[in-house]
Amino acid sequence: MRYSALSILKQGLTGNKSWKPVWREPEPKKSYDYIIVGGGGHGLATAHYLAKVFKGKNIAVLERGWIGSGNIGRNTTIVRSNYLLDGNQPFYEMSVKLWEGLEQDLNYNAMMSQRGILNLAHSDGQRDDYARRGNAMLMSGADAELLDRDAIQKMCPFLKFDDERFPIKAGLLQRRAGTARHDAVAWGFARSADQHGVDIIQNCEVTGFQIKNGKCIGVETSRGPIKANKTAVCVAGSSSRVMAHAGMRLPIESHVLQAFVSEGLKPTIPGVVTYGAGHLYISQSDKGGLVFGGDIDGYNTYAQRGGMPVVEDVCAGAMSIMPMVGRARVLRMWGGVMDMSMDGSPFIDKTHIDGLYFNGGWCYGGFKATPASGYCYAHLLATDTPHEHATDFRLDRFMRGNIIDEKGVGAQPNLH
Amino acid sequence: MIINHPLLGPRDANEFIHLGDASLINRPDGMADDAAEKFHDYLYLRDNPAGEYRELWYHDAGDRSWLVVTRNTLTHEISSVEMARDVARKQGRSK
Repeated sequence: MRYSALSILKQGLTGNKSWKPVWREPEPKKSYDYIIVGGGGHGLATAHYLAKVFKGKNIAVLERGWIGSGNIGRNTTIVRSNYLLDGNQPFYEMSVKLWEGLEQDLNYNAMMSQRGILNLAHSDGQRDDYARRGNAMLMSGADAELLDRDAIQKMCPFLKFDDERFPIKAGLLQRRAGTARHDAVAWGFARSADQHGVDIIQNCEVTGFQIKNGKCIGVETSRGPIKANKTAVCVAGSSSRVMAHAGMRLPIESHVLQAFVSEGLKPTIPGVVTYGAGHLYISQSDKGGLVFGGDIDGYNTYAQRGGMPVVEDVCAGAMSIMPMVGRARVLRMWGGVMDMSMDGSPFIDKTHIDGLYFNGGWCYGGFKATPASGYCYAHLLATDTPHEHATDFRLDRFMRGNIIDEKGVGAQPNLH
Repeated sequence: MIINHPLLGPRDANEFIHLGDASLINRPDGMADDAAEKFHDYLYLRDNPAGEYRELWYHDAGDRSWLVVTRNTLTHEISSVEMARDVARKQGRSK
């Protein structure tokens, strides 16, 4: 069923009785051409682009729980392309372009809202750094504007401009950045993939890989063995655990990132604002809640919850740029498990095992990358060559000395 | 989290900095023929288990000792805390 204003009207007038389930619940077949392990945002996006753009046939997505139960449902929904390095920025700009046409492509309302992201600078050096970053953004085809203090004051009068230690000096604004409805992204990709013939199989945990003579010929699952010509793992958060079944050690540690939502407030924050002297990003959801987060907790964990020191740190960060948030109460907070890679950048690559592919290491930047990650992974699966914007996301980049370290902090996942 | 420091007793984990896997104690031989490969694995690859995990913590806001903490990454339960120095010595290292 194609969604339109007319279909909503018709259903509304007839008691909403003939809506159909959005995707099928098929039994797994004995074999597929492509198996995508992981029914999160990236896995479903991969299935969508593989079936729709690259005309792949006979595709299954295997999901341990229910689709969208991982980080696609646990993030702070920010979409942006304000990176610096060559290996990253063109990829993220490709992603923003895909976001801009996503709802039409999927025929699904992902509530993409390009309300802008503003990175605050608190010193002259930081302003120069943002000017450099803005230039890198412009060169990749993205938009970027360097704002002075007056322009920021017009846009966000509620910020604390005259902090003694970290006064606001300037800001880097990307107007095309924004937020999207995270669950709807997973559901939209799932619905479209299903319509293109992809089998989405939930409650089907991959427990091992069938590897013969250096080639992966299928997977073992909780619902029996399934053969596949190509097996594509896409399980960020659990990458190390799943790839251990194939005997691989990854340049990844799992860490928890917390996120927070305040009670609903009247419209306050026009877009996303980030603090340049601490680590804090804050935006306002359509329902009015302030959505914010900051640093990861900094120790390896698979528990989807964090500790109080980071809660305090994040709230202190919010207070230092927006003192008025002290009047709002935190309504909910939660944690998601991140694949923190050694240089803070992701992987979309073949493995040394034929027929086994890997996508992961998204740190806490996975949501914005969802469409481009799916597109580039589908490109790799269909053609066995990397997409031109994902050539640097290789597993062997540390061996080759070609790391993509946006922050320049080295092989220390809890600092990225 | 509370880390039960062998010398100082129970301390808030907030006083510590987490470095990573306890295997980082075992620095490879830089003069070996396969040193490049060994250092790549040492620096960049991790076991990253879900469950019991041995890791290095540095008591930054305390006595600046290095500890080897055995902690469950699913429950955050800490089962043992040792001085990293003692762990290294048990492995036959004297310095």
